[in-house]
Amino acid sequence: MVRFKNGAVKYFKDNIGIIIALLAMCVFLVIFPTTRSTFLTQNNVFNILRQNASNLFLATGMTMVIILGGIDLSVGSVIALSGCVAAGCVVNMGLPEVAAFLIAILIGAAVGMFNGVVICKTNIPPFIVTLASMNITKGIALVYTQGAPIRCMTDAFKFPGAGYVGPIPTPVILMLIIFVIAVMLVNRTHFGRHIYAVGGNAQAASFSGINVQKVKFWVYTFTGIMAGIAGVVIASRLYSGQPRSGEGAEMDAIAAVVVGGTSMSGGSGRLGGTLIGVLIIGVLNNGLNLMGVDSNWQYIVKGFVILLAVYVDFIRNRKAGR
Amino acid sequence: MGEKYLLEMKGICKSFPGVKALSNVNLQLRAGEVHALLGENGAGKSTLIKVLGGIYHAEEGEIWIEGQKVNIDGVVSARNAGVSIVHQELVLVPYMTVAENIFLGREAGSKFNIKRRQMTEEAQKLLDAYEMHIDADTLVEKLTIAQRQMVEIVKAISFNARILVMDEPTSSISDKEVGFLFETIRTLTKKGVGIIYISHKMSELEEICDRVTVMRDGESVGTRVVKETSKDELIAMMVGRELTNYYTRDFQNPGEVILKGEHIADGKMVKDASFELRRGEIIGFAGLVGAGRSETMKAVFGLTPDMKGSVYVEGQQVHIKSPVDALKYGIALVPESRKEEGLYLVQDVQFNSTIEVLGQFIRNFRVDYKKEEEITQKYIDMMATKTPSQQQIIRNLSGGNQQKVMIGRWLATDPKILILDEPTRGVDVGAKAEIYAIMNELVKKGMSIIMISSEMPEIINMSDRVYVMNDGRVTGCLSHEDVTQEKIMQLAAK
Repeated sequence: MVRFKNGAVKYFKDNIGIIIALLAMCVFLVIFPTTRSTFLTQNNVFNILRQNASNLFLATGMTMVIILGGIDLSVGSVIALSGCVAAGCVVNMGLPEVAAFLIAILIGAAVGMFNGVVICKTNIPPFIVTLASMNITKGIALVYTQGAPIRCMTDAFKFPGAGYVGPIPTPVILMLIIFVIAVMLVNRTHFGRHIYAVGGNAQAASFSGINVQKVKFWVYTFTGIMAGIAGVVIASRLYSGQPRSGEGAEMDAIAAVVVGGTSMSGGSGRLGGTLIGVLIIGVLNNGLNLMGVDSNWQYIVKGFVILLAVYVDFIRNRKAGR
Repeated sequence: MGEKYLLEMKGICKSFPGVKALSNVNLQLRAGEVHALLGENGAGKSTLIKVLGGIYHAEEGEIWIEGQKVNIDGVVSARNAGVSIVHQELVLVPYMTVAENIFLGREAGSKFNIKRRQMTEEAQKLLDAYEMHIDADTLVEKLTIAQRQMVEIVKAISFNARILVMDEPTSSISDKEVGFLFETIRTLTKKGVGIIYISHKMSELEEICDRVTVMRDGESVGTRVVKETSKDELIAMMVGRELTNYYTRDFQNPGEVILKGEHIADGKMVKDASFELRRGEIIGFAGLVGAGRSETMKAVFGLTPDMKGSVYVEGQQVHIKSPVDALKYGIALVPESRKEEGLYLVQDVQFNSTIEVLGQFIRNFRVDYKKEEEITQKYIDMMATKTPSQQQIIRNLSGGNQQKVMIGRWLATDPKILILDEPTRGVDVGAKAEIYAIMNELVKKGMSIIMISSEMPEIINMSDRVYVMNDGRVTGCLSHEDVTQEKIMQLAAK
């Protein structure tokens, strides 16, 4: 179910299930003895936001692709490649950092365009196309770096991922700006509605005079750009481009999207839900860490939480007759 | 009890949260009869059938089969009681053979050693017994829709069903295949099977059915012997009032030629189609399925890449390369299959109503929600669409209301020329009459309409002129005064 209308009341009503889940988790962490003293500190809250900024970029793009009725598995590899390119441009080519970041984001866009073109021209299912480009992109990152991280310690390079604007971490600000742009794009433009139309019924969309291929192309490109930005932010936070970073990041993004209530069958979904999905997964990771849960066990807990969240949403929608 | 019925459903009640779907429904089926179940969409036919088939459980009421009270509490117990349903959506596995499909889930032999040959032989015996010329060893995907239906029927019979329910069996098959289906039905009834036959098509009732039970708003309104009733009486029972003017049409003198197609061809199904449309006129396109009518209009609408021939709008030659171009020239097309080509099923009425006219309320990253609501409401009112709210998911509306939303969506583009492809398919009689009335209003206001339809009565009663197509060519044009069903058929089968 899509709501284009803004308004806080409507937003809460639409997302009430996951908002309660998020609040419940927070309340638990505030009360729980071992996390009580640490969870609500400014440091920790910013920490959560900083660590999950990259997932929000990915999940924002992923939401659009999934509404479109597709999927993009290549975003994790794009993180690796764009991060390495950003570091490489500065270290090996001596380019200014800003130029390096732009090139890195363009690399992300290029992978997205590649996905878009292949999906439109061949009609191979997006799952397979992006599975292939996931491997290709990762391979390029490994070849480019010869498997070793490229360290880059300049202050300007550290700024987008590890820097601050006043007291607020830069990635948090970036995340808010880009998320707002994405929401405007999806909810307040013709293009945004065309995404829903193509995902809901591509044949009907073409009868409606919507250029289906163009819409698909631009959505995959946008997702690539988002992954490119995520790559820059992560490389900056790690002071280096790492060819193995971003592994499995696409799955975290998909998890956030489905927890946020977007249906995998396309045609409906909401970015507002995805934001909460990202936060749920972020708070969960943080909480488990603070509680000192073994990292191997964390996967198991996370898996069940995702399943539970989606199931509850599913039941709620069925009751509402959607 | 007087007469002994094969099946008797007494006082069936079934509620869903907030809705009373069936209240005190009665139905009696005799052995060897074809009993029609008639009613508008949403009258409760499907619910009743699902109760009989064990998919729903009725809160009240009794089911008697051959004088025995039976308790149907699941699909298996329904089957054991001798009830089989041939669903509207066929549920065969395409990549299995006919025999495998018939015996799906109860294969001959043991679990790990399925005796294919024995199954195939038994299936063939069944198929031959009903004179269906189908090889039990072919894959289902290679069969036509009608043949698949035959397989479904054989499958149903193979459970030793004595009560067979057919849900709109002729909705997607050709006239010739309908004849074949009817022969099969007659063979079945001779063997004493009782058939409940759900259909929207009145003409079929007269041909194949013995009695008819009409349902309205979840109640059984009455049962009639088909030979002793009239179409008008049945329609009145269905809608609960006399439909005095089923077809509303005030013929007027049409204006100048507004759209002209010359020698249109698409390299596939359309070979040579020419036509003229005048202002304030409805022209009908008649012909058999596959004659190329829809394809001609798709070519005009810019949906065919290698379209040949020329199109003139108001005397000027135009090159329409995409639906966007078509809209620019004031042409709108409401496609044939709502679900595949028209509706965004997961979206609400509002989204579906306004997708063509986003420019009227979305500008510079601003959405004028009030305007959007106004536009939606305007066409809900104009089309008299019944929906609980603009936020209702369109999938949950009836076929008639879905069609009204579709037509409204295209009217919102303010077209001069409206192309309607099968505008009343799967639409109940009440909504049909309303759609005809709206068409009449539109042409009175100067719009021009092209209507493709396979329903002869609607073509004959609504059109100023009727173009008939056969094998990709226009074979003739009949004026309103001349047109008869026979003349159309002659041209259509030329």
